[in-house]
Amino acid sequence: MIEFHSVSKRFPDGTLAVADFSLVLPSHQTTVLVGSSGSGKTTLLRMINRMVDPTSGSIEIDGEDIATLPPVKLRRGIGYVMQNSGLLPHRTVVDNVATVPLLRGTPKRQARQDALALLDTVGLDRSLATRYPSQLSGGQQQRVGVARGLAVNPNILLMDEPFGAVDPIVRAELQQELVRLQDELDKTVVFVTHDIEEAFLLGDQIVILREGGLIAQVGSPAELLANPADDFVASFVGADRGRRALHLERHGDEDVVVDSDGRLAGVLDPSRRPAAPAGPESAR
Amino acid sequence: MTWVLANLGLIWARTLDHVVLSLPPILLCFVIAVPLGWLARRYRVSRGIILTGAGLLYAVPSLPLIFVLPAVIGTSLLSPLNVIIALTLYGIALMVRVVSDGLDSVDADVRQSASAMGYSTWSRFWQVELPLAGPVLLAGMRVVAVSTVSLVTVGAVIGVQSLGSLFTDGFQRGIQAEIVAGLVATVALALLFDGALVLAGRMLMPWTRRVTTAKPSVPVEVSAA
Repeated sequence: MIEFHSVSKRFPDGTLAVADFSLVLPSHQTTVLVGSSGSGKTTLLRMINRMVDPTSGSIEIDGEDIATLPPVKLRRGIGYVMQNSGLLPHRTVVDNVATVPLLRGTPKRQARQDALALLDTVGLDRSLATRYPSQLSGGQQQRVGVARGLAVNPNILLMDEPFGAVDPIVRAELQQELVRLQDELDKTVVFVTHDIEEAFLLGDQIVILREGGLIAQVGSPAELLANPADDFVASFVGADRGRRALHLERHGDEDVVVDSDGRLAGVLDPSRRPAAPAGPESAR
Repeated sequence: MTWVLANLGLIWARTLDHVVLSLPPILLCFVIAVPLGWLARRYRVSRGIILTGAGLLYAVPSLPLIFVLPAVIGTSLLSPLNVIIALTLYGIALMVRVVSDGLDSVDADVRQSASAMGYSTWSRFWQVELPLAGPVLLAGMRVVAVSTVSLVTVGAVIGVQSLGSLFTDGFQRGIQAEIVAGLVATVALALLFDGALVLAGRMLMPWTRRVTTAKPSVPVEVSAA
């Protein structure tokens, strides 16, 4: 469990990136921080592994104040995946994945063996192991990045817009892969994105941020859609644009789902129609 | 040509002298320039001082420097040390800026992700930043190597023997073949050093060779290396 207690961050240039931020990020769940640029989402993420230290307030991981932990040791215990993968260009794929275990003193042979197994986990062919990052596609690089993030089997995985720089098809693939991985591995994932669709897909808990690290609303995707706290949230989740305000229309013999702009959104799947009164899930 | 054939032994001896005089400055300047370049990049104050100092140092003409050094450091006027130290200074003057620029050239994303992985500042420098600055450092070292080999000849004027002695001797005695031999041998030595550096770079920085020639998809063995 990660807890933010009234955390603020003012950068030396005077910008207040985060103001009085308090939040509990439950264990074994994916919390997604969503906001546009300037919302402080990346700053919040980086505070968790002390890449950024708060100006005031405290952050606890499982009840322990991280300000008391040496940053280098803390970081070696937390998985980190960033945009553009951040792989070391001068190390092969297998050595990139083994980076943190090697830093922690795992014998080289063991670390490499584990790294190869991790390539399987993230769906990469082992034949790529001896390549350099520049010889991989963007999607493959991100997978290596994820494998590296998982290499020490951390409880916490921080992901900073990890799929932001790959094309939409690969992104969708990687997102599904992450959903599958998370089912298997059950990590505490903190995920930063500006893409609300991605947030809805991946998040158990979604935090919508306003400029300056202010929380607009926290909730499950269903809660945010059904009860947006204000116009800002409504606009962010797309409820106001009518894209998610759906209704049924009868076309001939078929029921089709139409959004409020009159665009066809899809059909109802008869096999999944709820018998009882609609639960919150049906809002998706 | 007859002079050359008759004096192969002499040319070889001067070549060895030349190698002995040029290797230490090349190696020393690298070892010294790395921490200085790091320091130049690290703090704004030190950057100004170090980079300006290096620039000024390079502006000092070589012959006067070699003459003045004995007075400053107390070596004898004929000591080969004067040449070695002078050339080390020139090497440093050049390499400090190269090191600083090379470290600057390392992708900020990579640097940040290395920190996020849990590299300490120290290990990040040696294992990430310095290797990634490698191609820039290599380019600088190639210039240093060639210019050092050529500058060693200046020492002949004050009597420190090298391939440059073939010039001075050839001039004094009017043997043109000797001058040409010294020139050719100096250039050849410079090319040899340059080639050695390029080769070393390839071996030490395999990632800079774009091995796009399709690697066969053979399962990788775990090597204990």
